[in-house]
Amino acid sequence: MSEVIVITSGKGGVGKTTTTANLGVGLAMQGKNVVLVDTDTGLRNLDLLLGLENRIMYDLIDVTEGRVPYKKALVRHKKFETLYLLPTSQVKDKSAVNPEQLVKLCDDLRKEFDFILIDCPAGIEQGFKTAVAAADEAIVVTMPEISAVRDADKIIGELGRADKDNIKLIVNRIRPQMVESGDMLDMDDINDILSIDCIGQIPDDTMVVTSTNKGEPCITMEKSSAGQAYRNIVRRILGEDVPFMEFQTEGFFEKLRRRVFGK
Amino acid sequence: MIESLMKLFGKKERSGKIARDRLKMVLIHDHANISPELMINLKNDIIRVISTYMDIDQEDMDIALEQDADSVALVANIPVNRVKHHK
Repeated sequence: MSEVIVITSGKGGVGKTTTTANLGVGLAMQGKNVVLVDTDTGLRNLDLLLGLENRIMYDLIDVTEGRVPYKKALVRHKKFETLYLLPTSQVKDKSAVNPEQLVKLCDDLRKEFDFILIDCPAGIEQGFKTAVAAADEAIVVTMPEISAVRDADKIIGELGRADKDNIKLIVNRIRPQMVESGDMLDMDDINDILSIDCIGQIPDDTMVVTSTNKGEPCITMEKSSAGQAYRNIVRRILGEDVPFMEFQTEGFFEKLRRRVFGK
Repeated sequence: MIESLMKLFGKKERSGKIARDRLKMVLIHDHANISPELMINLKNDIIRVISTYMDIDQEDMDIALEQDADSVALVANIPVNRVKHHK
């Protein structure tokens, strides 16, 4: 039984594409057959995060418009061989694919893959509606910041209107020290406000930047705290009950040193 | 009460709490789909009804949705100039 999951957020820049790349790699590491479909037409980036940007021959639009069969457009990951990317076009715009075409494509992909992850564009316009149309489930990515949570709330409403009732939440870029000092929305606040099932709490981690630089998602990095959080999410998606990790905050001596010597 | 006491002792409200309160407030409006126009219409209707019974100061009156702990209230502050005596 394959699952089609759309990764969406409303607001841009909260980590949709990073999340898609990491979950894709993570699921492939667990031996699943995974395809990542980039629907952010015109602003494609998923290829970059996976280090596959030089291997694209055909794209989503070529497939939906019938120029090539989807198998020709799929790019296989170098290292994780059960992971494929279906890149989108960098020159067309979001109106180039309609919901019916994406639904049809995903139905074809279901025959071959365990997981089909759709990277959704920001916004709530046609591109969002198309990406969502084909999905069985949705993962909403947000950040502990008022604008991101407000947009997540809006997206959850839109998903409800599109009859998607299997919605999970990932909160990205949490800064534990700021949460501890009361200067950041905490998980209780966010759960209280959005009231959907949370499957991931990801700490802000500089290794996300370095891994993005290299085109290797941080989930592969043993020492990355964000990578650990993503590994946990993958296990939760696969049905395991994994407790949320405790975040490392400042210890007593670090705090004292900061107080005494300044930053 | 507690809030004013905290202010008295100089305890600063943390920005995380401010964020939560502002977010809750804005979501009430988002969910209720309350447009500024709707608020104006509501205000005008309230003025019309109250004016049958009282003379009110329309300039200084204030109507807004407010969030208090766990509940939302429509709070109206309407200065009364004179109560009309009906026969």
